[in-house]
Amino acid sequence: MTLSPRPGWRRLVPVSPLLLSGCGSALLDPKGQIGAEQKSLLLTSTGLMLIVVIPVIVMTLWFAWRYRHTNTLARYLPDWAHSNRIEAVVWAVPCVIILILGVMTWKSSHSLDPHQPLESDEAPLEIQAVAMDWKWLFIYPEQGVAAVNEVALPVGVPVHFRVTSASVMNALFIPQLGSQIYAMTGMDNDLYLIADEAGVYAGKSTNYSGVGYSDMVFDAHASDREAFADWIAARQAAEASLDAEAFEELAEPTRAHPVEYFGAVDGELYDYILARYQGGEPHHTAPEG
Amino acid sequence: MWGKLSLEAIPYHEPIIMGAVGLMALAGLALVAYLTRARKWGWLWNEWLTSVDHKKIGLMYLLVALVMLLRGFADALMMRAQLALAAGEALGYLPPEHYDQIFTAHGVIMIFFVAMPLVIGLMNIVVPLQIGARDVAFPFLNSLSFWLFAVSALLVNVSLALGEFAATGWLAYAPLSGIEFSPGVGVDYWIWALQISGVGTLLTGVNFFVTILKMRAPGMTMMRMPVFTWTALCTNVLIIAAFPILTVTVALLSLDRYLGMHFFTNDGGGNAMMYVNLIWAWGHPEVYILILPMFGVFSEVIATFSRKRLFGYTTLVWATVVITLASFIVWLHHFFTMGAGANVNAFFGIATMLIAIPTGVKIFNWLFTMYRGRVRFTTPVLWTLGFMVTFTIGGMTGVMLALPGLNFVLHNSLFVIAHFHNVIIGGVVFGAMAGLAYWFPKATGFTLDETWGKRAFWCWLVGFYVAFVPLYVLSFHGAVRRMNHYANADWQPMMIIAALGSLIILAGIVCQVIQLVVSVRDREKNRDLSGDPWDGRTLEWATTSPPPFYNFAHTPVIAERDAFWDAKRRGESPLPEARDYQPIHMPRNTGAGVIISLFAFGLGFALVWHIWWLAGLSALGAFVAFLVRAFATDIDYYVGAEEVARIEAGRPAHPTASSSSLHEQPQEAF
Repeated sequence: MTLSPRPGWRRLVPVSPLLLSGCGSALLDPKGQIGAEQKSLLLTSTGLMLIVVIPVIVMTLWFAWRYRHTNTLARYLPDWAHSNRIEAVVWAVPCVIILILGVMTWKSSHSLDPHQPLESDEAPLEIQAVAMDWKWLFIYPEQGVAAVNEVALPVGVPVHFRVTSASVMNALFIPQLGSQIYAMTGMDNDLYLIADEAGVYAGKSTNYSGVGYSDMVFDAHASDREAFADWIAARQAAEASLDAEAFEELAEPTRAHPVEYFGAVDGELYDYILARYQGGEPHHTAPEG
Repeated sequence: MWGKLSLEAIPYHEPIIMGAVGLMALAGLALVAYLTRARKWGWLWNEWLTSVDHKKIGLMYLLVALVMLLRGFADALMMRAQLALAAGEALGYLPPEHYDQIFTAHGVIMIFFVAMPLVIGLMNIVVPLQIGARDVAFPFLNSLSFWLFAVSALLVNVSLALGEFAATGWLAYAPLSGIEFSPGVGVDYWIWALQISGVGTLLTGVNFFVTILKMRAPGMTMMRMPVFTWTALCTNVLIIAAFPILTVTVALLSLDRYLGMHFFTNDGGGNAMMYVNLIWAWGHPEVYILILPMFGVFSEVIATFSRKRLFGYTTLVWATVVITLASFIVWLHHFFTMGAGANVNAFFGIATMLIAIPTGVKIFNWLFTMYRGRVRFTTPVLWTLGFMVTFTIGGMTGVMLALPGLNFVLHNSLFVIAHFHNVIIGGVVFGAMAGLAYWFPKATGFTLDETWGKRAFWCWLVGFYVAFVPLYVLSFHGAVRRMNHYANADWQPMMIIAALGSLIILAGIVCQVIQLVVSVRDREKNRDLSGDPWDGRTLEWATTSPPPFYNFAHTPVIAERDAFWDAKRRGESPLPEARDYQPIHMPRNTGAGVIISLFAFGLGFALVWHIWWLAGLSALGAFVAFLVRAFATDIDYYVGAEEVARIEAGRPAHPTASSSSLHEQPQEAF
């Protein structure tokens, strides 16, 4: 059972990738606070840089044409090679733009830091995401369930993804919700996301990890609380359970792994996965407070 | 006896690979047959393979680069075709096992075996001439550098016929490239091809660094050096500082793979994040190693063809130096998504953006060089204008990637692919093509056909935009790099357009091949008798095309920046009067470079396949050949004064007189 069927708008609105307009474009049509902030960053930074880029392109074509060698009406100054006024302008304009972008960088690096919990009245929902050859395992520690290649989250509740890998490097990315983060063995990485709208959002690994990499895709189902609770309840009814032994079996490389559910999960499993390679000492990536 | 090598290593069952191998074998056989029939082996050995002449070595670099460009581009066409087909339920025609090797080979070949030899080939041809030297500081090392590079390119091509190539992506991120996840020989081919060519590149760096610092003509102070020489100097500083990092990183990876150590493995206390840091500590300076000399090319081209001094020479030089230094403090921007803290990410993001300032200033310098000049739209100028437009856009998308907050949604997407092709095609390839067209007559004695050159330019320019703008668009839809197929069939139209773009670029490459054939056919008509076909400004145009093997009969004396241009305007020559010839001290040709490199090839091949006896023999052979060379005494000779006089008398009249009439009178000052 899946929680929400493919939303109607997907079928009703013809999604043309030829259009750069919002509809259908994951980054320009974000469905969560993080993604929305990144969209505005995208538009602001592009706009700022176009202040230099457009004049440069126009001047390139204009100067080349104006001073073409057949145009003997144009002035010709073969020894003119310096002007303090021009130097001042061509240094000042990029400096000012980079200064503004630098401030934006500093602020957004902190506000969008994947380690930083989102401000919310709601307590975050913890989901442990494990990259495996070649599938994603999502563990819900509080609910005691797990799913392979499918994840569900309630709308309006911040989600704390704890991300690690049981194999090589991968990266967890749900484009319409925003940021991605690397999944690495022995490293306990963080990613805070929130969905503001219900829907089914495509998720994937973005870091190449071997022959099954292209099929490390999953659907992220964002829905209201009741539907999310139903989803959890349905998972809890699943017969399969997941402990260290079952995990090792699951860890065998598979390609295009079908969606799979586990009704009971060993509470220590995530720590076991973290410690699997590092002689029992998991590391946390966040270097600063 | 033969280690891991057996007949099963030949991929009989892969028709595409066997077809490619068959074609290469046929081409090789045809070449051997031609050389034998025309009795050219002796000529090939004496004139080319053993040559220490920087001009010939430069031409050989360019030749290998163009051949490898065909190989790397064939990979690109196959990838674009795969992605145009593999939408929705379709899986395309290339399974991941093959496709993953193709994108790895494409990246490795284009960077190490196309872009690098284009840069180093141009430096070889131009730098000694621009500084008025007779050769590089260490001519034998130069030959050795080239041959180490050439056998590495051979090793990469052998992987096609025997075994496999790495399927890890071009930087072979650990732990994927470790023995646990890549047990085949593919990564070993990658390791030894990079190690052997890396030694060659490092030697080149040392060689040109010393050449530029110590062998400039009298009077050529640092701030009188031509801009291309300046950028070459900075590039060689970067090579000296960065390539050892690559060598060590790859050596540590090979210790993991061969001796079971744990530098970058998942277990045993290894740290894969260290690999990613180290490889980019080399990898980021590497992109400046490629682009800085091209900035030099554009500076020379735009000043020459605008018949005007370069605007803001001092600014341009300092901008280059700043970029050189700053390129070492930005490597982390390749992996903001690793999970470093906000302060670390912000530091590297801002450091990266700072590089945009001097780079942007350079663009303005070239703009204001055209301003109040007389711009001739020759092929090199078209490549330069195409660069200025395309690179500016690439710079903008680069700054977007440098914003950590934004990078979190763009990283590893097709946006990254579109961005670096935007700067590498728009910057490095366009620059190499401009430089090739510009200096080709100097190296060969005849100009390249302009009509086919312009056709090639327009195909490349249009093809680039048609191929890569769709990738920018798709990245906004969540499409990522290195995927073999995709479920979202809405992406297919854009993928098909991108594939068409790659076909337009193919048309450009075909035009270039035709251009080369036509130019060689019409070489008598297009011969450059003046030595100065473009009304040049710097010393390389003061000697004949091609220059005699000793470059200059008399060492030129320099008193200003645009030495040749200013001398022409005064109706003088920067070269002393053509009399009183002195004997010229020159290095002898040597086969040592070829022999040592062939042993290095044997060593690499044996290590890939674990054939230990062959590895031992090859290492010993290389060492003995090196010792023999090191103790050789008959390595140089003098060209007698009469011989010089005879050669000089046989050369066309001095170029100075012919071009002065081209000058227009300057108008009033700015």
